[in-house]
Amino acid sequence: MSLDLVIAIIVTIAAVATPILLAALGELVAEKSGVLNLGVEGMMLIGAVITVAVTLGTGNHLLAIVCAALAAAAAAMIFGVLTLTLSANQVATGLALTILGTGFSALFGQPYTGKSVPILRSPFPPELAADPFWRVLFGHPPLVYFALLMVVAVWWFLGRTRAGLILRAVGENDLSAHSIGYPVIGVRYLAVAFGGAMAGIGGACFPLMLTPQWVERLTSGRGWIALALVVFASWRPFRLLGGAYFFGFMMIFEIYAKSNSAFRFLPSEFWAALPYLATVLVLVLISLRRSGSTSAPACLGKPFVATA
Amino acid sequence: MQLRLEKRPEPSKLLQVVTPVAAVLLTMVLGAVAFSALGYDGLGAVREIFISPLAISYKWQDLAVKAAPLIIIAVGLSIAYRANVWNIGAEGQYIVGAICGTGIGILTNDMTGWWIMPLMMLAGAAGGAAYAAVPALLRVRFNVNEILTTLMLTYASVYLLNYLLAGPFKSPTSMGQPQTVLMSAEQTLPYIIPGTIVQLNAPIAIVVALAVWLVFSRFVFGFQIRVVGSAPHAARYGGFSADRTIWLAMLISGGLAGFAGILEVMGPVGRLILQFPANYGFTAIIVAFLGRLHPLGAILAGIMIAITFVGGEMAQITIALPFAAVGIFQAMMLFLILASDLLVRYRIRVVRPGEVPA
Amino acid sequence: MTDAAPRLSLKGITKRFPGVLANDDVSFEVKAGEIHALLGENGAGKSTLVKMIYGILQPDAGEILWNGERVSVSNPKAARRLGIGMVFQHFSLFEAMTVLENIALGMDTKIPARELEGRIRAVMTQYGLKLDPQRVVADLSVGERQRIEIVRALLLKPSLLIMDEPTSVLTPQEVEQLFVVLRQLASEGCSILYISHKLHEIKALCDTATILRGGRLVDTCNPKVETSRSMAEKMIGGSLKSIEKPAGRTFGAEKFVVKHLSVAGAGHFDVPLRDVSFAVRAGEIFGVAGVAGNGQTALLLALSGETPVDDATAICIDGQQLGRLGARQRRLKGLASVPEERNGHAAVPDFTLSDNAVLTARDRLGLAVSGLIRPRAAKKYTGDVIAAFAVKTTGAEAVAGSLSGGNLQKYIMGREILQKPGVLVVSQPTWGVDAGAAAAIHQALVDLAATGSAIVVISQDLDELLSLCDTLAVINDGRLSRPMAVAGANIEEIGLLMGGIHGDMETADAA
Repeated sequence: MSLDLVIAIIVTIAAVATPILLAALGELVAEKSGVLNLGVEGMMLIGAVITVAVTLGTGNHLLAIVCAALAAAAAAMIFGVLTLTLSANQVATGLALTILGTGFSALFGQPYTGKSVPILRSPFPPELAADPFWRVLFGHPPLVYFALLMVVAVWWFLGRTRAGLILRAVGENDLSAHSIGYPVIGVRYLAVAFGGAMAGIGGACFPLMLTPQWVERLTSGRGWIALALVVFASWRPFRLLGGAYFFGFMMIFEIYAKSNSAFRFLPSEFWAALPYLATVLVLVLISLRRSGSTSAPACLGKPFVATA
Repeated sequence: MQLRLEKRPEPSKLLQVVTPVAAVLLTMVLGAVAFSALGYDGLGAVREIFISPLAISYKWQDLAVKAAPLIIIAVGLSIAYRANVWNIGAEGQYIVGAICGTGIGILTNDMTGWWIMPLMMLAGAAGGAAYAAVPALLRVRFNVNEILTTLMLTYASVYLLNYLLAGPFKSPTSMGQPQTVLMSAEQTLPYIIPGTIVQLNAPIAIVVALAVWLVFSRFVFGFQIRVVGSAPHAARYGGFSADRTIWLAMLISGGLAGFAGILEVMGPVGRLILQFPANYGFTAIIVAFLGRLHPLGAILAGIMIAITFVGGEMAQITIALPFAAVGIFQAMMLFLILASDLLVRYRIRVVRPGEVPA
Repeated sequence: MTDAAPRLSLKGITKRFPGVLANDDVSFEVKAGEIHALLGENGAGKSTLVKMIYGILQPDAGEILWNGERVSVSNPKAARRLGIGMVFQHFSLFEAMTVLENIALGMDTKIPARELEGRIRAVMTQYGLKLDPQRVVADLSVGERQRIEIVRALLLKPSLLIMDEPTSVLTPQEVEQLFVVLRQLASEGCSILYISHKLHEIKALCDTATILRGGRLVDTCNPKVETSRSMAEKMIGGSLKSIEKPAGRTFGAEKFVVKHLSVAGAGHFDVPLRDVSFAVRAGEIFGVAGVAGNGQTALLLALSGETPVDDATAICIDGQQLGRLGARQRRLKGLASVPEERNGHAAVPDFTLSDNAVLTARDRLGLAVSGLIRPRAAKKYTGDVIAAFAVKTTGAEAVAGSLSGGNLQKYIMGREILQKPGVLVVSQPTWGVDAGAAAAIHQALVDLAATGSAIVVISQDLDELLSLCDTLAVINDGRLSRPMAVAGANIEEIGLLMGGIHGDMETADAA
């Protein structure tokens, strides 16, 4: 394996890991506030299709990403109204959001199908990335750096700021937070909206970095992997980073295994299914290591009704 | 003026029945508005998707064909969800059930005998149950969230199907097409109404729903499922094992999904093909909720969702509405039914400022 | 603001919930530096009233005056801004977080961690409260948790401190320490609104007592002058039937024997059971006293069979070994139980009373035969329970969650007692139940014992155990003390045992 190939693989891993990382960071914040939003896949699809539409319409990548974030956050608000205001079942509502996102993106994306989308390039001058070694540092599209920045930002917010403390408190014990006087529902709305926006940006990565066009179900289950990653990372941002890059590696490995005769001893479909099977395996390993500990927010998924 | 929620002493029985109907009607109204806003023929969409399949009598047989698998899977999911077991991988169990049943079908393709069909059905149900046993085991033994595992296994099942159709299961006479042999006459469900496409799977779906309803309402088993789902501590106190219940809920929901899968092979599809996964397993989740997690409700909800499928196909042709619109209508229905739950459990009261609420 | 104006004055406060008038035209005053008791039974409306003072609830009518000025306390933050602090009965703490984080959450403004820690240490020294700010709450005892709440309230330098049933989870010794702090606060001019239904505490601590009954104000009096009896009568509104134990009771042979019962804690923070042994004779009522969180939950679950133990001989009825059996098999052998949590544990709130009868009585009474439920038999049995225990409900088809706490508890106790169990284990049988229902439940337990059943009562209410039980043992940190006869029990000694001080006593090894 040549150095060039290794570099190319690393750059591709970063590209594949970034959308999962972004969506998982958003979901982590939502879950820390006590809300389990299973609609990540749907919100990512909405973000992706909006990105395609805005990019093709205006050619402005930044505008497209902002619109994707807003649209996915708006979709998250539907989820918020149902689960937070109307205290509907979070699991079922999250599924409904994914079904909505799938349907909406398929409908809305139809006119754009097959049209090629201009992809994002590294924000650094090309000279910097000319050398293969420096490409590892400077050769990524801006969203890769943004995702890394957000890992630090989320870590800092949750662990070091008062607002983060309050958000964790709401997810840990909603009744106590309410009785002290914190707006439980309000905090959760904000967390859900943030989760939506991040999933939307994660969705934007697909047309701008990975598959430069619209096809139905473009995100192909990565939203669900993001959900699994949050559990995998025990709700810790930096572990999320490691997890996302690990799964990025798993997905690249599939492509590599398909083209390399050394991996022919198993059918290519096996290697394609491997990231999903590995997710299951990792979930098992995580649960083995963490028997009886309390890393999950105590109120995760439970509806809060402000009563007397 | 302010709205205030009051918990009802008991959930309203009337509203439990009325709200699904209201959700469908409201979906039609909101859908018309939303699709008009998106630049489509909103009224036409609602007419084609919700009314036409019922108004045109020769479409009724299509409803039966589409509704049967939805009902069978949704009945199983209703049991699982009642037990608070979130099997959302029915699609994968449906595929694996079809694969296992078809495996028997391939082996017995040139044989005759009354036993072939029951054996295929059994293999289908067993395959679905076995595929659901993995998440059940992981949940019970390792406390791994079944939502994620059932879903991951669904993705994996699609690759399994692709692999089998490309090799081991490929028909020798398929001219390179990734598909199995056609099921023989001995392996095909009989047509029950002459001159239509309605096969035995439609009445089977009704029988499954009725049987599950009976077990659910009359037997300790159904009681167990309900207690574990509603109050897990009380279930343990009453002497019911939560682990056993998770196993049962997963195996039954997976088994019924697999059963629906092999019935599709033995019925409308006729063989396994790459396009076999038709999202019935996911759509059945909507059916289960629309039917209020009740086996009889699943029959009505299955027919309702079948209407939108058939209507969606018609709307594609008559008013050039993309088929994806159906998914949006279905999601709206699910949102509204979930939102209406609040009305079943709470009553809404208008309170004016300063007024002492009665 | 004049000096003459009372610190807090309530005028005609009224609060209505669906179906209940929680507070009806309540008016009273709290002066500066006064320790003012708010006295009443469970359900008298005390908690609702203080929630309105603290801004968690809003009154439907009436007004609140603070230092003579009319105020509207729209939320707890507004209350704290006025100078009102509150220590809740059920602590509003975050288990997975540190003491420091918990206290920071109680502050309305951001205070740098280091400065906050300094202020916490200052308050702790001033009032003699000990706490380690860096520890995680889940690892702390109940008394320590209460200290967090108190420190949190004191950091805001309140001029009114509301204490909601602060002693219900404390040992007698911890109660004394708390009173020292409260008296010191009052001497510094802080008013204290002290909610309780324990008369001797109020006599010992308070300057004034306001008594509520059924949401109405009955009287405001001086507890130092009143007798406990006169206040009790005002609180309960009539003379209470005392428990009738048949005279000259004799106990049979040892019926229910627990030997060397050890159970690992279910979760990371659960207290395990360590080598618990005791024996209950036929006709005997055996009490297990102790402060909450010392292994009571594990004990009930182990005895009921919800968490079977590995050692079959650890639990025996009439010589039959039940240790490895689950709840269902133990019921068939005559061991019934009632956990303390009614909703979701002893009963399914969403189910009808009839279905709740099927939950525990299906095998013993044939409410389900070979897997098939017999709804008519279940309904008839439910009707019997409702009639025998005077449960106020619309009937067997009423949903359990629609019953009041006391009525549901009567139903649950009746459901178990009418199955005529040989052994009955109950936890907190009268927690949050009104006095009438509590008396009925106590009488039913005594009557069941009279038929030769062995009964175990686990309770944090020492008064309840002393009046109900024949024999008593104290559980502390998962260990059970040596049993003692209630007739000769020494309250001081029980208090020390509850606090984990064993003195010359040894951990029980009786049987």
